[in-house]
Amino acid sequence: MTTRTHPLLILFTVLVYIFLAGPLIIVFGASVSDTTYLTFPPQGLSLRWFENIFEISAFRRTIVTSLELAFLATGLALLIGIPAAYALNRYRIQLPTWLSTVFVLPILVPEIVFGFSLLKSVAVGASAPIFLALLIGHTLIVLPYCVRVISASLASFDFSVEEAAISLGSPPVKTFFTIVLPNVRSGVIAAFILAFITSINDVSTSLFLTGPGVSTLPIQILAHVEQFFDPTIASVSVLLMLLTIMVMAIVERTLGLTFLAK
Amino acid sequence: MKKRYAGWILASPATIAIGLFLILPVAATIASTFGDEKGLLAPYYAFFNSGFRRGVLWRTLEISLATTAISLVVGFLTAYVVAKSPGRLKSILIIAAVFPLLTGVVVRSFAFLILLGKNGILNNFLVGVGITDQPFSMLYTQGAVIAAMVYLFVPLMILTLVGVLENIPEDVVQASASLGASPAATFRQVIFPLAVPGLIVGAVLVFTGSFTSYATPQLVGGERQMVMGTLMYQRAMVSFDWVGASTIAAIMVVITISVVLAMSRIARRLNPMAT
Repeated sequence: MTTRTHPLLILFTVLVYIFLAGPLIIVFGASVSDTTYLTFPPQGLSLRWFENIFEISAFRRTIVTSLELAFLATGLALLIGIPAAYALNRYRIQLPTWLSTVFVLPILVPEIVFGFSLLKSVAVGASAPIFLALLIGHTLIVLPYCVRVISASLASFDFSVEEAAISLGSPPVKTFFTIVLPNVRSGVIAAFILAFITSINDVSTSLFLTGPGVSTLPIQILAHVEQFFDPTIASVSVLLMLLTIMVMAIVERTLGLTFLAK
Repeated sequence: MKKRYAGWILASPATIAIGLFLILPVAATIASTFGDEKGLLAPYYAFFNSGFRRGVLWRTLEISLATTAISLVVGFLTAYVVAKSPGRLKSILIIAAVFPLLTGVVVRSFAFLILLGKNGILNNFLVGVGITDQPFSMLYTQGAVIAAMVYLFVPLMILTLVGVLENIPEDVVQASASLGASPAATFRQVIFPLAVPGLIVGAVLVFTGSFTSYATPQLVGGERQMVMGTLMYQRAMVSFDWVGASTIAAIMVVITISVVLAMSRIARRLNPMAT
């Protein structure tokens, strides 16, 4: 597209980006304020609200739970998602077309309905431990990302390379790990990152799946905001934003930031 | 030979997981609304006979439709500028839209909460500039919920539409210009129709996302702006009315899936490049 852009349109775009960045900058400012209430611009400069996060045991506990959950759910989703993505591409002709629709279902069903249904059927119905129910929920909501991103990588992989290796005597399983997987490395990394971020930030699925002593960080944040309105939440938010920056830096290192632009 | 079943074997763990832990539980939730002794559809009569609950459904539809419409306009105009920007600036603008998207819903809703609060930044600013004498509460209004939802979904819309606009072949646009169409005419008659399928995809994402949301209406709207998500939570976890909550869940599933199916059909029919 080579036509020139109208100046009013450029002004509008600038305003949209200010609207997008503004609230996050305010959160950052409020988190370092030396006051007991939320304010911006910050008055005084202090990191005590960051220390306060770790003094509240509910935050310490839920940060650990959320990290465990994100790593385990992502790992499990990759474990069952990679073979599924491989099958969907390699055996496309043998498998029915509805099968790929099945892997979209976790996105299609409202997350809050899914979380409530897991509470009814798995946590109460099968009296599974809350953490297990959370793990099942998180694994399923991140699964579509794993299958779709890795499928997209596999779509451009030339399976005749794999056949050549096998016909030269390499065992199929070994061929998968030495020939196929390294070729879709970037897809696996992208899937891992997307899945991890989705799990860490999830609210709707986890909402119903909290019990005595078990909760996730976003749910704890919601509970805390309703009782206290102090800068602690701003500090936790900044921690989560730092995590996002870290993730983007990892993407930049491994795949190049242009990857995000796709 | 087992080769014939290799595809099924590899796909089965994920397929079984979805069947067992997603399809079955959600089906059970929906089925539980039809087992009432007062009649097959009694929970649905109860829902639609309650003026309060009808009001919640109506409000949720209003909020999601307004959010979708505003996000479409804002997202499309912004995406148009982003897609036309030169290389380096474009990647910066895209990253600036990815960052909020990767930052969770709770963090962003909270950010909006402190922007709008009574001692919030917006109020301090309005008082400071002299537009109002005393701060007024903008929280817990329908407008606040819509504004927060737009804030939440605009980055998603921008990224979806930049992808769509970049896929429009350069030579189609150039052909239009070389045949004498003004930039405005090219936009109206070439670029916009080609972007329609993408606009529909974006609209579906935003509508279903806002229709089923919980955290944002809970934080910014509170009890006064109850929506389907917050009502369902209240029914299930405060009143322990599981049939009532399941009824709300079923209504949400039906509306979401019908919107997705209807819109994807329309998108397929409207795609000028498909035929």
